[in-house]
Parts: sequence; structure tokens; C-alpha cells
Amino acid sequence: MIVVYTLYGVAALMTLAPIAVFFGGSARANGITYGASLIVSLTLCTMALLTLVGHASGSSVTLPFGLPWLGAHFRIDALSAFFLVVVNLGGATASLFAIGYGRHEDTPQRVLPFYPVYLAAMNLVVLAADAFSFLVSWEFMSLASWALVIAHHRDRENLRAGYVYLLMASFGTTALLLAFGLLAGSNGDYAFDAIRAAHPSAGLAALVLILALIGTGSKAGVVPLHAWLPLAHPAAPSQVSALMSGVMTKVAVYGFVRIVFDLLGTPAWWWSMPVLAAGGITAVMGVLYALMQHDLKRLLAYHTVENIGIIFIGLGLALAFKAYGMDVAAALALTAALFHVFNHSVFKSLLFFGAGAVLNATGERDMEHLGGLIHRMPQTAFVFLVGCVAISALPPLNGFVSEWLTFQAILLSPQIPSWGLKLLVPAVGALLALSAALAAACFVKAFGVSFLGRARTPQAAAAQETDRNSLAAMYFLAALCLVAGILPGIFIDGLAPVTNMLAGTSMPHQTGLQWLTIVPIAESRSSYNGLLVFLFVTLSGSIAAFAIHRLASDRLRRAPAWDCGYPDPSPATQYTASSFAQPIRRVYGTAVFRAREIGEMPPPGATTPARLTVELRDLIWDAAYAPIAGLIGFTAERLNVLQFLTIRRYLTLVFTALVLLLLVLAIWQ
Amino acid sequence: MAIVRDFTFQGAEMLLVLLLSPLLTGFVRKVKARLLRRQGPPLLQPYRDLVRLMRKEVVLAEGASWLFRVIPYIVFAGTWVATSLVPTFGSGLLFSWSADLIAIIALLGSARFFLALAGLDVGTAFGGIGSSREVMIASLAEPAMLMIVFTLALIAGSTQLSTMAAYMVSSAVGLRVSLGLALLALIMVAIAENARIPVDNPATHLELTMVHEAMVLEYSGRHLALIDLSSELKLLLYISAIACLFVPWGIAPPDASPQMLALGVVSYLGKLVVGGTLLAVFETSIAKMRVFRVPAFLGAALMLGLLATLLLFVSRSL
Repeated sequence: MIVVYTLYGVAALMTLAPIAVFFGGSARANGITYGASLIVSLTLCTMALLTLVGHASGSSVTLPFGLPWLGAHFRIDALSAFFLVVVNLGGATASLFAIGYGRHEDTPQRVLPFYPVYLAAMNLVVLAADAFSFLVSWEFMSLASWALVIAHHRDRENLRAGYVYLLMASFGTTALLLAFGLLAGSNGDYAFDAIRAAHPSAGLAALVLILALIGTGSKAGVVPLHAWLPLAHPAAPSQVSALMSGVMTKVAVYGFVRIVFDLLGTPAWWWSMPVLAAGGITAVMGVLYALMQHDLKRLLAYHTVENIGIIFIGLGLALAFKAYGMDVAAALALTAALFHVFNHSVFKSLLFFGAGAVLNATGERDMEHLGGLIHRMPQTAFVFLVGCVAISALPPLNGFVSEWLTFQAILLSPQIPSWGLKLLVPAVGALLALSAALAAACFVKAFGVSFLGRARTPQAAAAQETDRNSLAAMYFLAALCLVAGILPGIFIDGLAPVTNMLAGTSMPHQTGLQWLTIVPIAESRSSYNGLLVFLFVTLSGSIAAFAIHRLASDRLRRAPAWDCGYPDPSPATQYTASSFAQPIRRVYGTAVFRAREIGEMPPPGATTPARLTVELRDLIWDAAYAPIAGLIGFTAERLNVLQFLTIRRYLTLVFTALVLLLLVLAIWQ
Repeated sequence: MAIVRDFTFQGAEMLLVLLLSPLLTGFVRKVKARLLRRQGPPLLQPYRDLVRLMRKEVVLAEGASWLFRVIPYIVFAGTWVATSLVPTFGSGLLFSWSADLIAIIALLGSARFFLALAGLDVGTAFGGIGSSREVMIASLAEPAMLMIVFTLALIAGSTQLSTMAAYMVSSAVGLRVSLGLALLALIMVAIAENARIPVDNPATHLELTMVHEAMVLEYSGRHLALIDLSSELKLLLYISAIACLFVPWGIAPPDASPQMLALGVVSYLGKLVVGGTLLAVFETSIAKMRVFRVPAFLGAALMLGLLATLLLFVSRSL
């Protein structure tokens, strides 16, 4: 029954779209659309949560749409219930945020109708239980988000982002289409149940794996298919950016898990290798790209790429363990990956909301034009800081727990017998460690340059705190970051039905343990207690503060900054985003981005300013995208001749094509 | 009774590290001065400095935010908790299971994260230079440290420090190539993390090469005292960690008799003396390197750690 109610919710979201089309111009439309989306998303989230926690067995329904001999299958099992929670939690908070934020939208008619459709489409992807409905919903999701990306279409950059996005989305869907085609076989049995029952041959399964990695990876942002993501995610309005980064990439992860873990059957040992390699490279490249950015929203978008890498590392490990029948280890790795899915959706939404609030208050996305916002927007600064700590994988917040679980899974992997994995896994572990450390650097930069220091522009100096609805959404997510960080056992136990379904077993029951510790395998091996760490740090910090104020001194005097005796009143003398990243650019950038710094000093006596130009090259774009784009352009130019033929030549062309095709057919038979 | 005993033990550990850490720093300074044929400040000078700073008023830069005033307490609390989870004289710490070695490293990472933010808060050039260099150094030191943890965890089959120490003292360890590589890497990381020569100079000011001191330049009074105490704690933490992992002899087991505890305390103090002396000798015998030579130094540590882990993946006996 629950699946039917969920579909009613989806239908309700769909009906919001025409309402928004008709009344989009009125002043109330904003509140009504987002308010209704909030209520529906909350309901859907609660239902999915109850299904997940209540271990309700999968319920399914077949509707008479779609392919005539198939119908549209929808089903909720543990996996889809978990992802429904993620999707609708993101949807609910984004709607709450947008009730306030959306009021500042210049062209609400371009956003309001697509927003609920986008939410509905993401729900449908997760609900779909046959290849046809899955692909239709997937494409629906892509198109709705594309419409939202180009909502501010007067900006040329957004148009380009939309164009690249559309291309990459169709490329990804093509790969998925082929993957499902191969899975369903020639008799066209597209229902997931039929696919699950058929066991594809080894070669076919390998092909499906690669196609699934390409198809879902291009939506999730796996390097080198990430190129569209940092363009498109920041271009959309902030609540949609949060949904695209926090939720839609997770729907892509769902697609991958569904195909590879559920439909494809028992994995072969080498399946994990491309996944692990892609994950490791994605994690490090994503964060390095992010460090080079000075556009706040683009930095966050690149950082999504990093987190997707971490998730794929967890999934790759789970595949490797599953292939060798190490079910407990597989359950641990899978839990780590799925917990990170949840965590990332929480803190990435929070950070995008914060960036949106800053954008609203100052009109700026460029960190070089911000600064000092902690004085003007103290609450936004606080919640943004919580998000930064969480995403940098620092205890006691939630990002740390899922990365810690991933590390624990890596430490179990020497038991894997295959040599390829024995060499790959430590390297991936090093990449994961590197990306975690670089992430902290990246968010010191993001928070430090935007919120701390002195205001660099008059807009930043005049910023106003954001509205109450937006703050409520952000506070809720920040609280969730803390709760998931200090009580991770509850969340790990919540994931148990999913790992039971996919890995055949689950991690040991956690919530019953003393002091709510989490123990992945055995207490002598490793354990972590976020609650105690949090309590200890809070207690010792407060005791120190109390003791010092009481026993020593609590006097305080304001004075000009010391700065070694050379303070400069101009805010331009502060460190900027690019100067902050300079040491890291010098260490990593010379190899990865061919970074070059060109300093132009004017000759003595000249009054022209000195200049420092930094050149970065995106080698992936240069090596992969530019040649393909060039080739397509070249071919199109050549084929352009075909548009200007005479009728005789067209007839000859058609006839030749026909004869050739018949010949091919004759030879084939 | 047992729980009271455990609490006393944990409390004693927390107080011990807090009280010992300034002494260790004073000791290292003294040995360094003696090696340079100077008299050097008295051993207890760091305590006097701390008390003096605590009593002074805070001169807070105009434009400093609330975060700037909270950060010293966060940094101190994080470092203190991390330090008191490392077994020093005995391994029966009540709360040792609440954070394993990875979590301890990450706690130090949290402290550094906030300290780097403090460097950016006032909006001065010196603070920025310190923070940006600190995160650059950390971006290499942290993965190197994690690779070392991986190595040790694969050998001991655990990431819990107390279990690791117990395993290291047993005869099952033997001499291993990977342990040697990990020790070398750990020493390199410890030098970088504690801002010692050749990576950074703890005794310098007004120098463009400084990292840690530039970051905390705007702090004064009780805030500065807490930051100084945190770096002293961190030095103690790293020496204790090296001692507990690589020279674990003498650490009292959880159910130790008073004699064994006394032996544990004595041997721990002995280890600190040896560690501090070695650090001082090393620091006086080497020159500080340029900031952009540091990545090569730490990159070597990272590679050593990775090599040690790889060796263990290839064969459990290496």
C-alpha cells in the first residue's frame, strides 16, 4: 500500500506544476508552491522512513502506462526506501529554505513550475521497478533540472552550462539505455524482477557494469564525466543547486547501486577495480579543482565531485568484498558508502543554502568580493561553519563517521586474495586520506575568505541576515549533522535492511552498545564514540573557560590589529581566495593543472600597476572534451553540404543508402 | 570499585599530560640552549609564561569576531582530549575506546582547522600567510599520518591505541621493514605537525618563513596561553604516541599493581627525557628549510607510509 500512497504524493507534486504555471505571477505563488512541496516531501519522507525502520517488506504496484505489454512497475524495497528518505529530506529542507529565498526571485515563473516536477521525477526514479519507467523518470529528472539550470537564461554562462548539461545528460542516458537493453535481452523483459531472475553471461555483465558506471557516473559527476556538474549546479537558483548537488547525485548513486548490486547478480572480483580507481581519482581531483575556485557555489559543486568519489570508493570496496564472499566486510563498506550518501546530502544542502543566503544578501558568488560576513550574518555564518566542519570530515560531526567507516573497511581488505586489488586498495586509501586533508584546507578557505576577515566590497559590508524560514532550514540540517555525528549507531542500524538486501548481512547491531559506541567488527579492533568525544571536548573547553575567567583574568580591551606592527587599513591587503590557495596550487597544481604564475613588474619609475596572472589548464577538458567537440564540429561542417543538394542528388543519395542497407542485411543473414 | 579506579586513572592521565607538557617544552628548550652553549631559561619557565599570560588582559583586534574568542578554547579542548586518549604510563584508560588512533588524528585535525580559521579572522596579511601555509603542510602531513596508522593497524589488527600498544609489547611483532618505514615517517610527520625545525621554527617571530607563529600572531593574554599550552600538549602527544607504539616497554597493563604503575610512570618519564633530548639534538644539528621544500619532505613521509602499507598488503610478515 505504501507505494500507492507515495505515488499519490508524487502526483500531488506533479499537479503543483500547472497551478504554478497559471498563478506563477501572483505574489502568493511562491509561498504556496514551496509550502505545498514542503508538506508533500515531509509526508513522503516520513512514509519512507517508516518503511525503512519498520522493515516492511517491499510493496509494489503496476500501472497501465508505458510499454503496452509491460505497464509501469513501481516498488518500494529497503534500498529505494532509504533513497526516498534522502530525496524527500532534501526536498523538504530545500522547500522550507525556498519559502523565504524564492521571494527574491526575479522570474518566479521560470522556477516555480519546474521545481515540484523535479522533486516528483527524482522520487519516480527511485520508485521505478522496470527499465522503461526508470529511464523515462531519469530523463524527466534531467530535463526538469535542465529547465531550472537555465532559469536565469540572460546570463550567457548559464546558457552554456545548460547546453553542456543537456549534452552530458543525453550521453549518460544513452549509456543507461544500452545497459538496460543488454540486461533485458532480446525478448524485451524490462521489469526489474525479470532482469534479476536472468543471469547475464560474464562478458555481458562486464559491459553492463561499464555502461552503468558511465551512465550513472556522468550524472553523479565521476571524473572524467564531471565537466558539466560545476557549470550547471551553481547556475541554478540556490535551493535547486542544493537539490542537484545534495540529492540528484545521490539518485545517480542509487541507479548505480540498483543496477550493479541488485540487478546484475553476483559480482566478479575485477568489477571493483574500475569503481575503486574512478572513486579514488574522483575524490582527489574533485577537491583539487574545488581548491582552485573562488566562486563559492562552484567550489561547493566541485566538492560534490569529491564526495561522490568517496561514496564510489565505499561501493567499490563493497563489490570487492562481496565478490569474495566476505559478507560482513561488504556490509561495512556498503554502510559506509550509504551513510556518506545521507551525510553528504545533509551538509551539502546546508552549504548551498548558506551560499544562497550570502548570494541574496550581497549579490555576490565570488569569494574575492566577500569577507567579514560573520559580523553581518552571524547565524548564517554559524550554520555554514557547522557544514564546513562536517564536510571536512572532522569529529564530532557526521562526515567524520562515514569516512571513518570507509577507513575501517579499507583496513579489512588485505584479506582479499587478488593481487590487483592488493595493490590498488592501499593506493586508493592514500588518495582518500589525501582528499580528506585537502577538503579541510578547502573549507578553511571557503569559510575563512567569505565569512571572516574584513569586508572586501561595500555589498559585503552592507549584507543583512537572511530570513527566518531559510535559517530554520539551515539550523535543522546543522542539527542533523550533529545528531548523525554523535549518535551514528542509530543511522547505521537504520541502514541494516539495505545491507541485508544487498550484501546478505548487516553490521552488528549498534544502538544497544554501552554509551552508544559504534563498533564495526569487534571492540578490540576499532570503536568510536562521537557522543563521548563531543561531551569531552565541550566539557574540557567549558571548564577551561570557566577556570580561566574565574581564577586568572577576564579583562578584555579592543585595539587595532597588531600584524607585526604593519597593519594596513585597506581590506585589499588581506589574504584572498587565490592567495590562500597559492601554496597548495604550487604543490599540486603544477602537475595537475599546469599552473603558471606570470608576474609583470613595471619598470622603475613607471606608474602602471604590477600584475600577477595565474594560468590554470583543465587537462581533462583539453584531453577529452575539446577533441570530441572539435571532431563533432568538423564533421558537422563537412556534412553541412548535404543540406544544399538538388532533388536529383537527394534521390540518388536515398537510393544508394537503401541499396547499401539491403546489402548489409543480405550479408548479415 | 573498579569504575572509581578507572575514573581516577583517566583523571590522573588528563592531569598528568596537562602538567607535564610545559615541562617537556622547557626541557627541550633547556637542552637546545645547553647544546648551543647557552645557559637557557630555567626548566619551569613555560609554566611562568603561562601564568603570566593568563593573568594579563586580552588585547583583542578590532574586527575580531566571536569565533576568534572561542577558538582558543576549542583548540585547547580538542588537543587536550586527544592527548589524554594516548596511553602514557598505563594502557587501562577508561575512555580509550571512545576514539581510536584515526579519531585522535582527526581531533587534532579539528583543532588545526579552527586555528587556521583564527588566522584569517582578523583579516591581516600575516594571519593569512600562516593559515595558508599551515593547511598546505597539513594537506600532506595528515595523509602521511593516516598511512602510518594503516601500517600499524594492519600489523596489530586494530586501530585502538591501547590494543596496538599491547600487541607491540608482545613477542608476535618481531622486526619488520614496514615498522621501520612507519617509524621514520612518523618522526617526520611529528616534526612537521609540531612546527619544529626544519619545517618551522618555534622560537621565531617577525620572519616571513614562520607558519604557526604567524597564524596566532593576533592572540594575546589568556587566549595566547591556551594556544601555547595546546602546542605543548601536542608535542607531548606525539612523543607519547611514538613511545607507546614503538617503545611500549614499561606501560602498565589495565589491571596493574601499584608497583607496576610506578614503573610505568618512571619509564614514561624516561622516554620523555630521551625523546626530548633527541628532538633537541636533531633541531640543533639541522637548518630550517625553505617553505616550498617542506612538501618534498612530507611527500617523502607520505611515500614511506604508503610503501609500508603496500608491503603489508603484499605480505603480512614484512
